[in-house]
Amino acid sequence: MRAHHDLGGRPAGAIDRTERELEPWEKRVDAIFQLLAAPERRILRVDELRRAIEGLGGEEYDRLGYYECWIAAMVNLLLEKGVLTIDELGRKLDEVRLREQGVS
Amino acid sequence: MHDDHDHDSPAHPHLKRPDVEDLPVTESQRLETAVRELLLEKGVFDTADLRRVLEMIDSWVPSHGARIVARAWVDSSYKQRLLNDAPAAVRELGIDPGPTQLVVIENTPERHNLVVCTLCSCYPRRILGLPPDWYKSRAYRSRAVREPRAVLAEFGTELPEGVPVHVHDSTADLRYLVLPMRPADTEGMSEEQLVELVSRDSMIGVALPMSPAASVGG
Repeated sequence: MRAHHDLGGRPAGAIDRTERELEPWEKRVDAIFQLLAAPERRILRVDELRRAIEGLGGEEYDRLGYYECWIAAMVNLLLEKGVLTIDELGRKLDEVRLREQGVS
Repeated sequence: MHDDHDHDSPAHPHLKRPDVEDLPVTESQRLETAVRELLLEKGVFDTADLRRVLEMIDSWVPSHGARIVARAWVDSSYKQRLLNDAPAAVRELGIDPGPTQLVVIENTPERHNLVVCTLCSCYPRRILGLPPDWYKSRAYRSRAVREPRAVLAEFGTELPEGVPVHVHDSTADLRYLVLPMRPADTEGMSEEQLVELVSRDSMIGVALPMSPAASVGG
């Protein structure tokens, strides 16, 4: 069966040609991936990132923006490889949310 | 802009408080913040590493591609080298082509080339910068291989009748750069002036280079 990311030739509407600067967080996602993939670390590889993005599932793939797919895929890979644990990620996300509410 | 968020610059006149001024607002932004902070805490990389890569990304700009194209327009032996071994020819100009294979495809009166990545977003990032949203969009990726002429028309690009369009589907290991045709009436122009005519989109193949008249004052 054809995978959901394999878009070539499928029907689609007009192309939105709006130009914009990437947001700082989007560039940081790209930069973090490059750091993790750099030869001195080799924690992630580009083929793994692609596999993880393709593995997000059609619904997520369609719902998430480009760098949203990247960070979701990177998190899955980092958990899979044990670089991060689900507990520490959960605690850090709580910390980030508290900071947003002005509790730091 | 390059220095919108120059948090670490010691020369910044206003003392930034990234903890309150740069709060994430979406779940994906929270994830980015959390992953970045955890990896920094674990010493996987440090803030200097991150800053260096962000600056490197900002140094990838379409004017690199434009310099390559303009050189090929004025120097036919350079053009041959570029078509035969693009990474080596790109390095000649002091531009890093990156680790992936790069192939330059030449537009001629008999053949127009268009580049897409139907599976994801593969793109000569070091030569054109990070790809625009439309290149990564469902619509472009789906349609470029099925109806390239309709896609070109949406970009306002009309080719002479009968010119075949070749569509190149990029991969993670193989990136394409289009060498557009030198516009008419540019014989008297210098290499530096020619650089100004070469748009990013003309090197993806969705547009043609600007004509000298259109670039005046621009």
